[in-house]
Amino acid sequence: MVEDYSQVIDQIVEQSGKDRSRLMDIVRAVHAKLGYLPEEAIGCIQQALGMHRVEVRDMTSFYSFLSQAPKGKTVVRLCDAVVERMKGADEVAKAFEEAVGVPFGSTSEDGSISLDYTACIGLSDQAPGALIGSVPVTHIKPSDVPRIVEALRGGAEASSLPQAVVDVNLRQPGPVVFAPMERGAAIRKAVNMAPAGVIGEINKARVRGRGGAGFPTAMKWDFCRKAEGNAHYVVCNADEGEPGTFKDRVILTEQPDLVFEGMTVAGFAIGAEEGLLYLRGEYEYLLPHLEQVLAKRRSLGMLGQNVCGREGFRFDIRIQMGAGAYICGEESALIESLEGKRGAPRDRPPFPVQKGYKNEPTSVNNVETLCAAARIIEKGAEWFSAMGTKDSTGTKLLSISGDCPHPGVYEVEYGITVDKILEMVGAADAQAVQMGGPSGQCLAPKDFGRGISFEDLSTGGSIIVFGPDRDVLDCMCQFVEFFIEESCGWCAPCRVGTTLLAKMMRKVLDGKGTKADLDALRKLGTTVKTMSRCGLGQTAANPILTTLQNFSSLYDARIKSDEFIPSFDLSKALQLGAEITGRTAELEEHHV
Amino acid sequence: MSEDTITILIDGKAIQAEPGQTIMQAADAAGLYIPRLCGHKDLPPGGHCRVCTVKVNGRPASACTFPAVEGQVIESDTDEINTLRRTVIEMLFVEGNHTCPACEASGNCELQALGYRLGLVATELPYLNVPREMDASHKDVYIDRGRCVLCGRCVRASKLVDGKTVFGFAGRGIGKRVAVDAEHALSETAMSATDKAASICPTGCLVVKGKGWATPVGKRDYDTMPIGSDIEQQAAG
Repeated sequence: MVEDYSQVIDQIVEQSGKDRSRLMDIVRAVHAKLGYLPEEAIGCIQQALGMHRVEVRDMTSFYSFLSQAPKGKTVVRLCDAVVERMKGADEVAKAFEEAVGVPFGSTSEDGSISLDYTACIGLSDQAPGALIGSVPVTHIKPSDVPRIVEALRGGAEASSLPQAVVDVNLRQPGPVVFAPMERGAAIRKAVNMAPAGVIGEINKARVRGRGGAGFPTAMKWDFCRKAEGNAHYVVCNADEGEPGTFKDRVILTEQPDLVFEGMTVAGFAIGAEEGLLYLRGEYEYLLPHLEQVLAKRRSLGMLGQNVCGREGFRFDIRIQMGAGAYICGEESALIESLEGKRGAPRDRPPFPVQKGYKNEPTSVNNVETLCAAARIIEKGAEWFSAMGTKDSTGTKLLSISGDCPHPGVYEVEYGITVDKILEMVGAADAQAVQMGGPSGQCLAPKDFGRGISFEDLSTGGSIIVFGPDRDVLDCMCQFVEFFIEESCGWCAPCRVGTTLLAKMMRKVLDGKGTKADLDALRKLGTTVKTMSRCGLGQTAANPILTTLQNFSSLYDARIKSDEFIPSFDLSKALQLGAEITGRTAELEEHHV
Repeated sequence: MSEDTITILIDGKAIQAEPGQTIMQAADAAGLYIPRLCGHKDLPPGGHCRVCTVKVNGRPASACTFPAVEGQVIESDTDEINTLRRTVIEMLFVEGNHTCPACEASGNCELQALGYRLGLVATELPYLNVPREMDASHKDVYIDRGRCVLCGRCVRASKLVDGKTVFGFAGRGIGKRVAVDAEHALSETAMSATDKAASICPTGCLVVKGKGWATPVGKRDYDTMPIGSDIEQQAAG
């Protein structure tokens, strides 16, 4: 058995050029071949690459799509994110457990099917959804499940299932991202301007990063261009993992050319010869089409040597697959992952524009930002900056889901108010709006008059609507539980703090909380926010902190008037002993 | 001092720093102690514990990694920041299984000493009881992961000082743990009791066997002086 592994693995490693920094590709290939990563396989990889076993394990144990234990022939990953559970994922899960005969987190006895939960897979607009292998299935009803399981057991391909359909759900195309485009138009204009001219035009348009942080794109490119290095890199961040976001799915499906166009323009501006698109593992099903588009662009001379006829401008793009880790949407964690390591963020400074991929100057840009950049070069800064508000020019893509009849992607001008958005999606009666996903803020109706912009409500675009009957606080606790799953564990405040936040929040939701617990949540939340190393930890307490602020009455309705209720349940702790001895513990009434 | 010496302000006191120094290095040289747990003088910073967080021009940053830059206004020894630090130390206490009175490291333990220095009297946060494995397979060294604070000192020391890479991390989030470079256990690795990694643990997680209680309680590092005194006294003297 070991020898079989070593042959297969040696071949895979050989194909990678024995390059440690391609460990992700190597491991993914081995995993695809064997279905999991047995210890023997880790040993073979380690030897073939001349690494330590613990270094390989350090990486492989990090990603949720890489398994150390044997898996079933087919792996069903049901998304159990907040929106999916709002849409009935729990009932679907029950149906799967009944049909397969084992609980989630395990494999059927015949080895045919494994059931696992997974975080948001970018299909909240057609929930409940799942990935079967890498194939997305959507709008699953509990009544569909027996037939799905039967088909999979019978050896059917997941892609042949009637539910294996992804709706585009582009509800409102706008002028920047979703208007028709001509391949190469932006590049041809760019190469006729000097790199500084391109950056100047982007600067004039005042475009800012669409991922949520809002850093001025021209400034990022300029820093990167001016930073000294042996090579410069453009990285497209297509690791949209924020629960409730799916705009990049739609862009990569409908406008991949515009993304690559933007990357090429960026490459010209900063002086890069290589661009990398980091595609989240959940979007593997988009890979074949994206590779086709890249091949087409190479054949048209828009990638490769002398791009678009520009003498000496060499640029090509490689797609790097991820393997299931929300944190890799953070740019320095993404770079670590690109280098074949665990996705642990880096300390800054130095910033990626100074020392990024392979320690060289790197510009990491959001998918949507690169589209905007291409369009600015194509149509001019003036055209672009005429849209939006003073400090937020252009349009923004919103991924809207939850309690609303018209979920999907909307391209809107910056400045649009929450009221207007709710009207657009048919949810005027919303109780609350989660702006920017779990890491953003939970807004109450008093804030619905506010507008989407960097100067007011800044957002990466995930908007989750909570209807009048929704238990908002329970959703917040689930958000924090998501952060527990996705914390990289590097720093103490995030690793321990997220776990504590959920535990203490659950106590309140269980009706055992008092005012003291709310004060403790506030103190702990502030500590996690202030002391954590990266954006994940710094925002992980937001679901609790923003609802404590905006929905205090919901908390007041849940807490008791006691001064203190212990979280430790003494009678429960004594239960097992009582059962074994056959005696009941008689506890005195608890007095404070 | 070279011509390009820079001046930073820590808690209102002007400090001289050399270009390339971190805030912590500059503060240490000036005899201002910034609490830290994962940092060690013989290792590059890890940025794990965040106990050394200060406010640089109003924004939180880890002093162990953040470069000193001319004109920075830094807050460190304030009630606000010390409360935040104390809560982080408290988190580490409830994450692990720290039974100080019975622990070989008591008195030499930096986690315990920081708890004292920052005024942590009792834990209010609920205990997490994270299950963690013990590894006593090696003849000279044992790992009690219940006391691990994931500071990564052993990982860095084994790789950078000992040149062995005996340790690494595995898993993520609250399930993250220190792993060893072997299929099963520490005994299969190149670990030696004389390695830097064997003596660099800030708590009682990684312990050399056969030396238990060699120094009696009462005569240990932090029994007589609070942690950080060496830095404060060195500059005074």
